[in-house]
Amino acid sequence: MSELPHIPALRRGRAYESLDQLPVRDHRTGEVKATVSTVNAGVLRKDLARMGEGRAALKRFTTAELVALCGRAAGHFLDGTLPLGTGGQTQSPAQYVQTLATTSGLPWVLVRRNMRKIHAALTAMDVVLRGLTRGIAWDILDRGYGEQDGLRLSFHPATQALGLVMPSNSPAVNSLWLPAIPLKVPVVIKPGRDEPWTPYRLVQAFIAAGAPPEAFGFYPTDHEGAAEILRLCGRALVFGDQSTTAQYARNPAIQVHGPGFSKVLIGADQSERWPEFLELLAGTIADNGGRSCINASAIVVPSHAAEIAEALARRLGPVQPAKPEDPQAQLAGFANPKMAEGIDAAIEAGLQTPGAREVTAAHRGGPRRVVFEGGTYLRPTIVLCDSFAHPLANREFLFPYASVVTVPQPDMLQQIGPSLAVTALTKDPAFIEQLLECPLIERLNLGPISTMNVAWDQPHEGNMFEFLYQRRSLERADARSGGW
Amino acid sequence: MESSLAVDPGATQAAQAALDAHLRDIIQWHFSPETGCPVWLEWAGQAGWDPRREVRTVADLQRFPHFQDEWLRDRQPEVWVPRAYQGRPFNIFETGGTTGMPKQRIGWEDYKVDYSEFSTKLADEHFPRQHYWLMMGPTGPRRLRLAIEHLANVRGSSCYFIDLDPRWVKKMIAEKRSDAARAYMDHVVEQAVTILKHRRVSGLFTTPKLLEALAEKLDLYAAGIRGVFCGGTTMTPQYIRFVVEEVLEGRIGFYPTYGNTLMGLAASVPLRPEDHYSITYYAPQPRAVLRVVDPANTGRLVEYGAWGRVELTTMTKEFFMPRFLERDEAIRRPPRAPYAWDGVGDVRPFGALEKNIVEGVY
Repeated sequence: MSELPHIPALRRGRAYESLDQLPVRDHRTGEVKATVSTVNAGVLRKDLARMGEGRAALKRFTTAELVALCGRAAGHFLDGTLPLGTGGQTQSPAQYVQTLATTSGLPWVLVRRNMRKIHAALTAMDVVLRGLTRGIAWDILDRGYGEQDGLRLSFHPATQALGLVMPSNSPAVNSLWLPAIPLKVPVVIKPGRDEPWTPYRLVQAFIAAGAPPEAFGFYPTDHEGAAEILRLCGRALVFGDQSTTAQYARNPAIQVHGPGFSKVLIGADQSERWPEFLELLAGTIADNGGRSCINASAIVVPSHAAEIAEALARRLGPVQPAKPEDPQAQLAGFANPKMAEGIDAAIEAGLQTPGAREVTAAHRGGPRRVVFEGGTYLRPTIVLCDSFAHPLANREFLFPYASVVTVPQPDMLQQIGPSLAVTALTKDPAFIEQLLECPLIERLNLGPISTMNVAWDQPHEGNMFEFLYQRRSLERADARSGGW
Repeated sequence: MESSLAVDPGATQAAQAALDAHLRDIIQWHFSPETGCPVWLEWAGQAGWDPRREVRTVADLQRFPHFQDEWLRDRQPEVWVPRAYQGRPFNIFETGGTTGMPKQRIGWEDYKVDYSEFSTKLADEHFPRQHYWLMMGPTGPRRLRLAIEHLANVRGSSCYFIDLDPRWVKKMIAEKRSDAARAYMDHVVEQAVTILKHRRVSGLFTTPKLLEALAEKLDLYAAGIRGVFCGGTTMTPQYIRFVVEEVLEGRIGFYPTYGNTLMGLAASVPLRPEDHYSITYYAPQPRAVLRVVDPANTGRLVEYGAWGRVELTTMTKEFFMPRFLERDEAIRRPPRAPYAWDGVGDVRPFGALEKNIVEGVY
């Protein structure tokens, strides 16, 4: 048996060791930590034609049984030793943390935090489903029709499988697809190139908990394969940068997850109190290594921008890379150092445009891009911009980066653009009313709540139930008219 | 298993001697005023040396520069006519799937020789004699169209044809019009489905992608197909495995080939389990020679098992083309019975790992 783990593709739950294999490397040393089977698009087309079998297997369970199964899968994911590859290897939670940290660049402490988020999403699946369905009784979900509160309801699935073209940036992003299983829709996952570990472990956790293996497809594949997932699954999620997301923006079968452009807005009524919010602001920018789409990438204020930027720079500027096992580690390394180079260059180029100043530079004591123990890191960067028109004002990067922008309160909502999560620090009823009316914000926090907070009963980034099911009207003759 | 297919050193030497003798004949032919073509006679006049006297073995081919295929685009076809063939109408075949002025090779009988020989590699159980074939692929100005028909005819069979214009497909893909490319491919495949539903066909020639698309539309075995002869684009070991196991379901004979208008056809040796679906092709020596050379020093062969650029020398009385560097790379493989010369394995576009190369469905 080879010591090096090999992660196979899972074709309707069955391991498939491809002749095409890619290495997954230590982001610092380049050492190969595992190999991953990659499959050609034809394999996907072949298997997708049979995904109805996966749905049929899930339909043999009730929703209640699948919710209970999610609870068991949560335990396996967090604490279990699960099969890893085709060589009989297994993976303990500690091995998962270490390996994922090694290949993705996330420090252990952040991997563990992500692990707990996923665990929480699985254990709270009953709440999640109630949130997604707005409280539809589970027996109605099981039958596809029924009556609740005197109203007749009927749903049909929009697809036989949910396609997932996943990113590599943060493990907790996998929590987005978890409700598909209790909603009885199989998943077809293309993992991110540097992060096969989390979706594979989740699938193994589900199977260990008793889920039917044929409900899971795990297909490391190329661009053509990814495109086939998006084309052939009736519903799919894709993650990527703006160019990727623009490509699918008008396709209702594809839910696009690109940059979040999340923000914190401070109202004129609270702007004098900004020092009280400093820790909150720093957390929204830097938690999870600044890698999430719900990390704030802009702090929008009517006044005091320079002071806020300076205070954030003093707080975040000195943050340095640390050993992955360091419990205080805050920064994530880049699995692809060229990406760090590109980001660094983009910021430098942006700073050439008048109207912006990097405030962190004075507090960092060194360059933004650093190599630490072989890994490439970007240190936190706060840029003070004089308007949203500046090219660095509304940018999102994969590290703790934020602009601090001065915008008069009356103009804020006209200028912020689409924003996945917004924390609004205001008690001004008129401003709150405008925020509640604003169609650009997907998740709104009123008061000192981090943009990073996720509420399981309130979906952001689209509603998985409404994505996977469509409402229909159903009329059924009653039994007295002949047993229809 | 390895030993049963290993080639006796004596056979290798004999093949080399036959190749050298063939080379001397061809050089004599192309560089003699009585038989040679204007292009090579003119070249020799300016080269300052007489290949007829100085080229004795294949190693001496190094004295020629790499053949530039632009000559096939820039010059009129008649300059390639050997004097001995003057007055005989010729076929004009075009290469590849690129747009713009195409490269052209003229010919008379070469394709028949190549494909008659290739017929001996086909098993009757896969390509029954006195039956019907279907070609779904690039016809038009390509040698392949006549070659496939000849091959079917040699086996007492006739062939249906469905055209695919690879230049259009490449254009669509290069312009990122994938929907248009897919629609065109569907249009081609639908025609094949119609033929297979209404006519008895046992042998199929197509490209890998079209084969896959056709198999998604109907059960090839149930439709009567028993043998598939495939070529045209890269086929990685995993792709070959997928075709053998899942497209042809282990029930239909599969014959991958490597070839083009300039070379002819290199057949592959039957796969053994230890090949792990890695295909090796052997040139139709002595008419063509394939070498795997170091891209940085093309005079040097790479070691067995190493990757290098594919270099083709074609030497028939109709066409002489020394040391043409193909736009492909491959693994150099040792001789394997029944071939007593080197093979090229896992052929793929040159620089495939560094570049994103448009191959389309061709």
